[in-house]
Amino acid sequence: MNINFTLISQAIAFSVFIWFTVKYVWPPLLRAIEERQKTIADGLAAGERGRHELELASQRSSDVLKEAKQRASEIILQAEKRATEVVEEAKRTAKEEGDRIIAGAKADIEHEMFSAKEALRQHVAQLAVAGAAKILRREVDAKAHADMLASIEEDLR
Amino acid sequence: MASDTELTPTSYIDHHLTYLTAQVGEGSFWVLHVDTLVTSVILGVISLGFIWLIVRKATSGVPSKSQAFVELAVEFIDNEVKNTFHGNRHVFVAPTALTIFVWVLMMNAMDILPIDIMAWILEHAFGLHNWKIVPTTDVNTTFALALSIWFLMLFFNVKVKGWGGWMHELFCTPFGKSPLLWILNLLFNFIEYVSKPLSHSLRLFGNIYAGEIIFLLLGMWAATGVSGTIFGSILGAGWAIFHILIVTLQAFIFMMLTVVYISMAHESH
Repeated sequence: MNINFTLISQAIAFSVFIWFTVKYVWPPLLRAIEERQKTIADGLAAGERGRHELELASQRSSDVLKEAKQRASEIILQAEKRATEVVEEAKRTAKEEGDRIIAGAKADIEHEMFSAKEALRQHVAQLAVAGAAKILRREVDAKAHADMLASIEEDLR
Repeated sequence: MASDTELTPTSYIDHHLTYLTAQVGEGSFWVLHVDTLVTSVILGVISLGFIWLIVRKATSGVPSKSQAFVELAVEFIDNEVKNTFHGNRHVFVAPTALTIFVWVLMMNAMDILPIDIMAWILEHAFGLHNWKIVPTTDVNTTFALALSIWFLMLFFNVKVKGWGGWMHELFCTPFGKSPLLWILNLLFNFIEYVSKPLSHSLRLFGNIYAGEIIFLLLGMWAATGVSGTIFGSILGAGWAIFHILIVTLQAFIFMMLTVVYISMAHESH
């Protein structure tokens, strides 16, 4: 246990080792570690941001979905309304058409009836005139009694 | 072991405690323990060189296994320093702590190598009769480290607080500012400044030296017969396993004390 020159030599070696570590060992490793820490922190932040964005997106999508559902139900409602309207309109049109057809048919019938009556009347008048002519063959002069015949015919009409 | 003289317990222990010396000048001080110096420098170069080689290729991406190992050690030390030292530790304190921890750990760990096998290898492969392989069992090593740190402590005291601040601290703490207490304060601080390097260095030296002596005693016991060999081996193995703890613990304590001393130099009371 004797103190000697070894002490000084060891102190020199020690200082050289410290210098070496301070200059060449510590800084690059520290840099690498700090860079990695930064990368990890950035990654974590990015992950957090992504999560947040995902949350926003899902919120947005549910909003959109809700709106779409609302729109769809609105459209269905409108369509139903329109359908009943169309049906009503169709009914109305059909009724009008039917009425018109009925009216046309009635007019036709009336017309037919009228012309049939006319024809019958003419026929009856002719028959009557013919009958009368037979009865009054002699006394009646067709020319002389044309006025009378015409008035009879007029009456029968 | 392979000495010409008869092997006695005294000569055995003497052999293992003898340094390989070189005279570098006149007088008893100018003696160099070549084994201590060479072993410690080789260990420092190997361990710090290993770290340097890995650090040189350090990537901030996914680290290789060796880089992860180095980072583990560095972050462990960095954390310890961060808890104690409240300044920019990356400039000096943390790398110094790393140097001390790695180097002292390596030097202490030489204690675990089987002492007689190492002596045999050194004798027969290198022709070195006396070669102590544990540099920290040399009080010169521990004092060199502790005194270097002591001077660093003084340096930082002056650098951070200035001459005036340091003198104020020497005279006015810990008891108070009153001029009556100046002498007492100075005396107290003087004792503290003397005891710091002493306890710092002798703690490491004592633990490792005692460990080595116990290995030597167990080695002697192993030479006494079959039962001695068996018990010596078992206890030697047990002591070596226990020594893994001591070696690491002492390196850690030495490093922590360094950090604490330098931190105290940075902080005014």
